[in-house]
Amino acid sequence: MGIVIFDGIAYGMLLFLIAVGLSVTMGLMSFVNLAHGAFAMIGGYAAVTAMNQFGLGFFPALVASFVAAALVGGVLEFTLYRRLYRAHPLDQVLLSIGLVFVSVAVFTYFFGPTIQAFSPPESLTGSMSLMGLEVGRYRLFLIVCGFAILAGLLLVLNRTRYGAMVRAAVDNQRVARGTGIHVQRLFFLTFAFGCGLAGLGGALSLGILGLEPSFALKYLIFFLIVVCVGGAGTIIGPFVAALLVGIVDVAGKYYLPELGAFLIYVFMVITLLVRPNGLIPRKGL
Amino acid sequence: MLKKTPVIAALALACGLLGTPAQADETLRIGVIASYSGPYADYGRQFDAGIQLYLKEHGGKIAGKKVEIIKKDTAGPAPDAAKRFAQELIVRDKVSFITGLDFSPNAYALAPIVTQAKVPTVVMNASSSAITTSSPYIARVSFTVQQVSAPMATWLLKQGVKETYVVVADYASGTDAHTAFEQAFAMGGGKVVGSVRTPMNNPDFSAYVQRIKDAKPESVFFFFPSGVMPPAFLKAWKERGMEEAGIKLFATGEATDDSYLEATGDAALGLITSHHYSYAHKSEKNQKFVKDFYDTFGKSMRPSYFAITAYDGMAAIAGALQKTGGDVSGDKVMAALKGLQFESPRGPIEIDAATGDIVQTVYIRRTERVGGELVNVEFDQFDKVKDPAKAAK
Repeated sequence: MGIVIFDGIAYGMLLFLIAVGLSVTMGLMSFVNLAHGAFAMIGGYAAVTAMNQFGLGFFPALVASFVAAALVGGVLEFTLYRRLYRAHPLDQVLLSIGLVFVSVAVFTYFFGPTIQAFSPPESLTGSMSLMGLEVGRYRLFLIVCGFAILAGLLLVLNRTRYGAMVRAAVDNQRVARGTGIHVQRLFFLTFAFGCGLAGLGGALSLGILGLEPSFALKYLIFFLIVVCVGGAGTIIGPFVAALLVGIVDVAGKYYLPELGAFLIYVFMVITLLVRPNGLIPRKGL
Repeated sequence: MLKKTPVIAALALACGLLGTPAQADETLRIGVIASYSGPYADYGRQFDAGIQLYLKEHGGKIAGKKVEIIKKDTAGPAPDAAKRFAQELIVRDKVSFITGLDFSPNAYALAPIVTQAKVPTVVMNASSSAITTSSPYIARVSFTVQQVSAPMATWLLKQGVKETYVVVADYASGTDAHTAFEQAFAMGGGKVVGSVRTPMNNPDFSAYVQRIKDAKPESVFFFFPSGVMPPAFLKAWKERGMEEAGIKLFATGEATDDSYLEATGDAALGLITSHHYSYAHKSEKNQKFVKDFYDTFGKSMRPSYFAITAYDGMAAIAGALQKTGGDVSGDKVMAALKGLQFESPRGPIEIDAATGDIVQTVYIRRTERVGGELVNVEFDQFDKVKDPAKAAK
């Protein structure tokens, strides 16, 4: 029982780590960004390349993954995304899903279609005992990362000037601009930051998921579930949703393996019926 | 029409005069339907490499004719596309053979087309058992899932393993592997103590592995398609200390596919699998094959069982045409293909005269690190294994 909940939490944290960036770009900035998985994939490939080609350690590689995804995100924001902030959501869907397919082809071209080798550092392999449970070290690490990122984001968004500006610009762009906030630059930074988070999540997922070019498409549904169930536009919402989805999924597969695969979809449907705006919707919705 | 008749008459006359099917200077067109893009693009690359290698060795010719390969990309399992491509290849490109076929649904989809057109089709991978029974014009040089799963059960019984837990991916081949393994295991007095079918898109295997750990079976047999699933499962297996818990793990060779083995890493070490080809196979012919492969395509890609079956597919076509004396008519070629025996880099193979399916040696291998790289080292074998799903009928 205990280990099932632990695994559920760890899996949920993994989902949160990848999806939280989506909550920033899709939730805060209201851009339907289906290419989120592609940014996570960029982070994953950056980390793998840093480790396997340049011999960096796992932790510097995590930094590299954030930087790489944020850079690409910044460039794409400047060249493509910026034009569609006010467009119809369908146009945004078309652009971003198009980017997904482009990214799949690009990564297949440069890295080949097979999965990438990844071995976590010695300190994160195997298991250790924690409160009477034999827990995987890597999973424990994911949980720690999840909480750290949650705390960091809450601090930045709620306690800093930058966070206040982002919230202001999201709530009412015109007024925010009127008060002298450089909204365009702010959105540029926020978008790049969201993509960076996706990249970091992608790199952290290496220990559990396999990285290959279809990554961007394959796990998209899970990120979307987390953000929709949690309520777009908040940080705490996707966090709670990711934990619930993780626990429901792992527990379902453990106790009812015949049904296991469907339970999270049932969970999603019921949650959205009961709370159409997500578990913890943004204020003002 | 009027203009064409004399030409045909002249041709017929020429044939009669020469006394042979005088198509010596013609090209032999072969259509290859496979995945060249998308997540399964590796299959197409491997097919291509095998085909090219065979043609290179034989001066680009089969039965004295220059070979022209026409490639069609299904980008994965896409039965409707496969069917359309088969039609195009037959009607427009006038191919004499269709081959490739990495996915079973694709092979099933074109069965009615090749039956109607009487175009001999050589399956280079698709491993669902009934494909060869779906058309009299289909022969197979690869393997069936049952063919490699059942020997694992027999081998386990030989080692005194009496109990096992079965884990398969929830799709047609997974079910095939499960049934074939369980049948063979039960027949020898073994007992399957539990089983679980996992969804195809399953990011995290911790729940399933934990479930197995708590069930404490003597051993576990698993089947997943090659790709991301086996490494994810093996990682969860290692992390959870299943080996230390005394549970032995066995699988089919998909788990340690040579294309993915290096990326899987040490998690695969020591795993015992059953399959028809390991690139570390110790025959002279295979060593030459691997050397030529590296010389031609570089070391970035390892020859997998896709490359070998593609190579054998070409060899089978050549063997059949040798028997028919270059005649490419469907019925004659199929008659020649059936019962064809030859030495493949993987060992001796034969196309069953009754079913058109492959008969071959199935090897039991252990994943080891040899000279710095992970390979499947063969240490036991079952000779002349037929598809058990057909043998049972």
